Amino acid sequence: MSYESWGRAIPSTPSHAIPLSFAPAALPNGELLLAYGLGRSYGDVCLNNGHTLLDTAKMDHFRRFDAATGIIECEAGTSLEAILKAAVPRGWFLPVTPGTKFVTVGGCIANDVHGKNHHRAGTFGRHVRSLELLRSDGALLRCSPTENSELFSATIGGLGLTGLIVSAEIALRKIESPMIVAERIPFRTLAEFDELSRASDATHDYSVAWFDSTSGREPRGIFFRGNHAAHPAGNARIREPHRLPVRLFSPFLMPLTVRLFNEGYFRANAHPQPQTLAYDPFFYPLDAVSNWNAIYGSKGFLQYQFVMPGSVAEVLDRVAKSQLASFLTVIKRFGSLPSPGMMSFPREGTTVCFDFAEGSARLRPLLEELDRIVLDGGGAVYPAKDSRMSPETFRRSFPQFESFARFVDPRFSSTFWRRVT
Amino acid sequence: MNIVILGATSAIAQETARCFASEGASFFLVARDAAKCNVVAGDLRARGAAAADTFIADLADFSTHAAIANAVPQSIDVVLIAHGSLPDQKAIDDDPVAQVAAFELNATSFISLATHFANRTKTLAVIGSVAGDRGRAANYVYGAAKAALHTYCEGLRARGVNVVLIKPGWIDTPMTSHMRKNPLFASAPAAGRLIHDAIVANRAVVYVPWFWRWISLVVRMLPARFVKF
Repeated sequence: MSYESWGRAIPSTPSHAIPLSFAPAALPNGELLLAYGLGRSYGDVCLNNGHTLLDTAKMDHFRRFDAATGIIECEAGTSLEAILKAAVPRGWFLPVTPGTKFVTVGGCIANDVHGKNHHRAGTFGRHVRSLELLRSDGALLRCSPTENSELFSATIGGLGLTGLIVSAEIALRKIESPMIVAERIPFRTLAEFDELSRASDATHDYSVAWFDSTSGREPRGIFFRGNHAAHPAGNARIREPHRLPVRLFSPFLMPLTVRLFNEGYFRANAHPQPQTLAYDPFFYPLDAVSNWNAIYGSKGFLQYQFVMPGSVAEVLDRVAKSQLASFLTVIKRFGSLPSPGMMSFPREGTTVCFDFAEGSARLRPLLEELDRIVLDGGGAVYPAKDSRMSPETFRRSFPQFESFARFVDPRFSSTFWRRVT
Repeated sequence: MNIVILGATSAIAQETARCFASEGASFFLVARDAAKCNVVAGDLRARGAAAADTFIADLADFSTHAAIANAVPQSIDVVLIAHGSLPDQKAIDDDPVAQVAAFELNATSFISLATHFANRTKTLAVIGSVAGDRGRAANYVYGAAKAALHTYCEGLRARGVNVVLIKPGWIDTPMTSHMRKNPLFASAPAAGRLIHDAIVANRAVVYVPWFWRWISLVVRMLPARFVKF
């Protein structure tokens, strides 16, 4: 079994990997531990080089699903895909979902993930009613906003470091239909994006935009927004994902192909019609290819996501000028709803996520420069996607990390944690 | 639909059961570990099962078999026999007690249970293995037990019992967690889906996934001097 992260750019070998197929009564003896779910974190928050991984992907039992209230309790290795399969036919949906359903509940809590409805629903952690945490001293603690509340707050967004998240109770949201009524609207400046975004906050549950990272501080892009359909019509047949049979060779995603892709994508969406589509292609377009990370070839790739309270124009400008083209670039305005998580990444402002193929010597210096712009603007860099931020960038992104460190279980660690502390 | 699962905490059995649970089936689950069996029962209920009762028994102890047969519901649609263990063959090569125990668990106990249920269920589904298609140094006791089971099922079907014999290849489960994974490994959920479909379609023999039929055919045709693995 290989344990790599989604960017595939970080060589890492755990000393042991212990598969958990049921919730354990106690933690295995040994060295430093970290839970590993489906490996969809991009960088090294899910890696524990030289130490032990607890493989939780098969610790995936439901405990309770109340179709009247939409409360689901399940083990932490349960995937969002499994929850959707059970919940959607009964009229419930995930309260918050990231851009892939192949992630575990434990991972969603540990990274306090966000989705296209951050402006309406906040982060995943807001919908966690309680969780069970197994600590290395043998205690199995029930944590909620009222019980062990500090540990609850530290565990949400706590990067899996506060102990093993064994199970969680999640409040789902009611839906009338598995379909989404979606719109795509082209924009040509950052101000246009902002305007669309603010206008949609009041009218749409879900919004996100793609933009052409080669177009500079006034990017052209496509704004996506949608709502759950109001009528129970439609057939949300879910396709099985395809697999790329091989890793493409690295030069496939060179600046020219990225430029062509961006040009074509913008044109294809320039005259859009509103459409009703199944939730799967709306939320999870990349899940259609189960190993889409293989397009980056053998060197892998790196994601860079940040949030800034003010304008992101300077960052966009630097990236466009660097000519280190980003293939898939998304931008979204986070809302102001607070997360219960002490170390949660999302905060009010604009978040942008780039991905860059590994391989250019100019990439690291560019990202260092972006860090400075982001931090000077009062922003933060996202650990779940990171494999290179400096300890200083981490501290300035999360000044509360010292009070968080008190809740870290002494037998838990990660490659990321050792790198930034 | 009433389904009895013997060896209900096995990964393949659980994934098969989840498919039936989403269709509202009722379960009678038999396993050795009470805590795990309860977790599985709760999982199936939460996924839509109409009911999930548990019965704790060590299936290697044949004296429990009659008690199980007495406890199951009167009307049964499917009995799935899915318990078993894959011993480390090298470690028991010279151990007669362990060799026989492995054979008894993987073959004789199946035969005992199949006999109890043959006349009581519409469909008897049995987990065999591609390992039963050819004797190999790596797993010959397990393989021999599964081969005995295959022949037994063939005869049972000829007698008129609806037997679905499932022959999984490599499936990513705790049973194979010590093995290096390769592209021929299938996930347990995928295997569960295929087994569910085979039971519903009442197929006689089904390889899981399908390509093992052809791998197995080639392996069976190899001259003995090439079978040193």
